[in-house]
Amino acid sequence: MKRQIDCKNLSLGYGSKIVLSGLNFSVSEGDFLCIVGENGSGKSTLMKTLLGLQKALGGEIKFDGLKPSDIGYLPQQTPAQRDFPASVREIVLSGFTAKMGLRPFYSATEKKSAENNMKKLGIESLSSKCYRELSGGQQQRVLLARALCSAEKILLLDEPVTGLDPQAQAEMYEIIKNLNKSGVTIIMISHDVNSIVKYSTHVLSLGKNTFFFGSVNDYINKNIDKNINKNKNFRGGDTLHE
Amino acid sequence: MNDVLQTFQEYLSLPFVRYAFVVVTLIALCSSLLGVTLVLKRFSFIGDGLSHVAFGAMAVASVLKLSGFENMLVVMPLTVVSAVLILKTGTNAKINGDASIAMISAGSLAVGYMLMNKFPSSSNISSDVCSTLFGSSSILTLKSSDVLFCTVMAVAVLGVFVLLYHKIFSVTFDENFASATGVNADRYNLLIAIITAVVIVTAMNLVGSLLISALIIFPPLSAMRVFKSFRSVMICSAVTAVVCSSVGIAVSILLSTPVGATIVCADIVSFAIFSAISKK
Repeated sequence: MKRQIDCKNLSLGYGSKIVLSGLNFSVSEGDFLCIVGENGSGKSTLMKTLLGLQKALGGEIKFDGLKPSDIGYLPQQTPAQRDFPASVREIVLSGFTAKMGLRPFYSATEKKSAENNMKKLGIESLSSKCYRELSGGQQQRVLLARALCSAEKILLLDEPVTGLDPQAQAEMYEIIKNLNKSGVTIIMISHDVNSIVKYSTHVLSLGKNTFFFGSVNDYINKNIDKNINKNKNFRGGDTLHE
Repeated sequence: MNDVLQTFQEYLSLPFVRYAFVVVTLIALCSSLLGVTLVLKRFSFIGDGLSHVAFGAMAVASVLKLSGFENMLVVMPLTVVSAVLILKTGTNAKINGDASIAMISAGSLAVGYMLMNKFPSSSNISSDVCSTLFGSSSILTLKSSDVLFCTVMAVAVLGVFVLLYHKIFSVTFDENFASATGVNADRYNLLIAIITAVVIVTAMNLVGSLLISALIIFPPLSAMRVFKSFRSVMICSAVTAVVCSSVGIAVSILLSTPVGATIVCADIVSFAIFSAISKK
């Protein structure tokens, strides 16, 4: 598999405050990488750095034949977007704005490929609907179609199922899985352990001073150990009360 | 009815009335387009805030005994700088966007009034202050050079909105996504700040600083009640603004009511109509 992103001895943080250091991991073509970690563990900092919105404080990120702008991005929704008057087509097409340069209007190819991406995600029938009137799951699909318009090789998804009902969550995961199968590299931030086990190929787990990077099987084995330990402790506590 | 039409026709034959019509329509058009972006970015109060800054700057200019064009040399840069500061701090966690607008607005209003009071440029301060805040009848004393200036500004603003329409949409809808994919969002925010300042300073001479907010927020809000795509909201907002300001100025001429206040009343009526339509 071809390496796409290679991070060596990476230090991340804001200003002079280091949140994470000594981070090593890599992403290859077709990978499904899940990034997990508690709040404040540096997940979003890492994401911003990968997207080129923020500079790394140390170490290096190597993009093999990629620019940071080749990474498609599915951000978390902002409150302002929920009542934004925009049609689905307008939002999906806006994935192309960065590629337009000084050109003021979308080209025919771009419009065609936006249609294709909407078809791929099953939202072509919604294309002239108003974004704020869609369900949460449909809104996420619209934003995913927009991300596909901006980049087709790698998608970075920031908690893509947060706030969705179980049915919509399952659908969203299926869509992401199918995209991954069709060759799109996926980097996903998630809290949902079940889905990580089910869909991902690699896991990057961020914690205070410790982190884990490896295949999902290694992660499961390691986590089982941890859970057993936790259960032991719990039982110990119970006996004390008895 | 015929009488009214005839009176109106007589008024329209006067050049200064035609100038007023043109200027009011152009300003309403520009502020309504800009308003869509500002309202959606949660900067509805920037019109109010910046017009107070312009009021303060005008006080400074009048203390310095500047007039006409020189006036603008003081007012414009100060307002542009404030606009940039407000839109910048909007993304800063320490002082929120709304707080920074409130701070700058109240502060410059106070400083402006104090300067005007301590260094009066004419004997009637309260009328000076009143006309700066609520707009004066000076709209009917416009010269052809004012019309030209206003037209140039309107063409520039329209040009920016047509050529950069998709980028403005992208940055308004999702700034994070836009910059993550390589759009220079800061540059577009700066551009929006500058346009906002220019439109507000120009419009202030027309409707006064307290009412400019209304010109910026009413047409977009009316349009958003009914229309559901960004493009249709933009177009409807522009059309509503032009219709309301034309009706407003016509009524104000016929009934000799204050120009700015009449236009805003027309905007309020249109908002009520749009709300009623959306409820159906």
